[in-house]
Amino acid sequence: MSTVEAPPAFAKAPTGIAGFDLVAFGGLPAGRTTLVRGGPGTGKTVFALETLIKGAREHDEPGLFVAFEESPDRIQANAASFAWAKDEEREGAVSYLDARPDPDLVQSGNFDFGGLLAVIEAKLRASGAKRIVFDGLDVVLALLDSQRSVRREVYVLHNWLQERQLTALITAKAEENRAATDSVHSLDFLDFMVDCAVALNQSMLSGTSQRSLRVCKYRGSTFDENAIPFVIGTRGFEVAYFRSEDMNELPASTERITSGVPRLDTMLGGGYFRGASILITGSPGTAKTTLSGAFAEAASARGEKTLFVSFDSSREEIVRNLRSVGIDLQPHLDSGVLRIQSMRGITKSAELHYLWIKELAEAQETRCLVVDPVSALGKSGNVETSHSVAERLIDWAKARQITVVISSLLDQSHEHVEGTPLQISTIADTWLHLKYAVYAGERNRSISIVKSRGTEHSNQLRELVLSNDGISLADVYASGGEVLMGTLRWSKERAERLEEYQRRSELERMRKQREFEAETLRSRISALQHELEAKLEESKELSQTDHLEFREREQARQTMREKRGGDVQSGAGKDDDR
Amino acid sequence: MTADGIFRFRLYVAGNAPNSRRAIGNLRRYCREKLRDRHEIEIVDVFENPEQALEYGILLTPTLTVLSPAMTRPIVGDLSEIEVLTRALALEDEAS
Repeated sequence: MSTVEAPPAFAKAPTGIAGFDLVAFGGLPAGRTTLVRGGPGTGKTVFALETLIKGAREHDEPGLFVAFEESPDRIQANAASFAWAKDEEREGAVSYLDARPDPDLVQSGNFDFGGLLAVIEAKLRASGAKRIVFDGLDVVLALLDSQRSVRREVYVLHNWLQERQLTALITAKAEENRAATDSVHSLDFLDFMVDCAVALNQSMLSGTSQRSLRVCKYRGSTFDENAIPFVIGTRGFEVAYFRSEDMNELPASTERITSGVPRLDTMLGGGYFRGASILITGSPGTAKTTLSGAFAEAASARGEKTLFVSFDSSREEIVRNLRSVGIDLQPHLDSGVLRIQSMRGITKSAELHYLWIKELAEAQETRCLVVDPVSALGKSGNVETSHSVAERLIDWAKARQITVVISSLLDQSHEHVEGTPLQISTIADTWLHLKYAVYAGERNRSISIVKSRGTEHSNQLRELVLSNDGISLADVYASGGEVLMGTLRWSKERAERLEEYQRRSELERMRKQREFEAETLRSRISALQHELEAKLEESKELSQTDHLEFREREQARQTMREKRGGDVQSGAGKDDDR
Repeated sequence: MTADGIFRFRLYVAGNAPNSRRAIGNLRRYCREKLRDRHEIEIVDVFENPEQALEYGILLTPTLTVLSPAMTRPIVGDLSEIEVLTRALALEDEAS
């Protein structure tokens, strides 16, 4: 906070109103006069009273409330519903002055506010007030009969306030464009005199109230000139302001937490980042709630406080529907880790919804948040504001390191562009898109990651399959440029299985054939071996026979020679001669 | 008409402010001309008696209150349109 405040050129008096002090770079000009103007019921009195009470309590600056329009009793009774008004100690720190003009008064000529200033002077001395509110100054200015008198009184009042260094807040009824039509009672001069002017506006869009404020001027100080939405809730005035520079301060976690669907985690390179914003878009029925529910279940199972805000269904419906796909939230509801808040059928401004979500989350100390669907903020006249509300919801969650999963409905007509009605896709960290693929008489869900910052992610389309066991992702088949899912995927898978089977049995058959052939060869080899051995045996026998026969013949010749009685030597000698 | 026939006025003024000075002059002249010897004027300066102004809710000055005959409607202004006072007092006369 301290880093975003521009060094004030002069002292600022913080209003204590959430968001406003950011818009006005610190608060109202201290010791100077501020005008708060707006139509009836725009919240002028609440703004003034809250500033006064918070100034007394938080900044030790006692206050005086001068009521021109309503009695102090009524003002206090009306404010009693606000948390800050319940404080006991406001008695004394803030005093009230009933300054309603007598409705029966008879007017005769010119008059001034001398009595008022004298009375206030006495009150100030008694209370030591540093802040003062003139609530409904237009009521007394209307008694003056000329623009000149108005100018004179405003001038006197302004000087009087300046001399006393009071931080003053003047409220006055004024329509934004009324000044031109009613010259006598225009607040132009008041606008001109004061150092700071704030315009409050309330309009109805399709039956939903939309409030905004605008700082019109602020002498000597920086301020945001835009019209900024605000709401009046139980905590009083809340200005929906989040300066973009604050984003630089935000921590960027590298911790991963599961999406609740293991295969999706893989596609995302490990899951969602802690503190990231995840946008899930898709047509009705594409399982946005289921995917959000899986995240909520996983977060609850880790023991992290989880808030599930539904604009679609009641708590019981969500629990029942998610149970049918294997996501059981009931135990987490029972243990108190998980809270499901249904905002179905509640028509409020987007701002009020945002405020409500914030209050619930802050009370619960939520770590993981689901808003299903955030596009509900954009209905009933909220189209213009819902974008900024969704954006601020994301920024707010990020600043608190709350991981937020928000779903958003996409019209069929817009589906092809993959854009979101709230255009939050640009600020979401991760964007998952769910889609129906209608083909061959079937409707199947596909999921793809449109973007995921700071992480590798799959570019593949997956089929989202819901079953009793939960969510699973299946590969899709691309065939002839067509993505196959559902039954087609199944038949394709079956065909592939069959083909595989056939391929494998063919191989088996061939293997057996070869084995048989090898066996045949082996037996042939064996037979030949036998044959070979037989031949060798035969050959050996033959050579033995030959040897025997030779010896037999030798013996026979010897015997014959001996029988002839021939000389053994001559036989030898005959051989030598040859 | 009051019991003793005396008109009692209380005029709240804011110090020396022009409107207040004019109111004093206008009231005195009126009484001199219309209520000779049967009027009493009390002048209260709100800056000197703010508690009294607070008590009676006197926020606009000058304010004239008629104490007798008792009149609940205060007359605010410098009394330059003095016929207002005549009318107011005449109405009171008729009523009583």
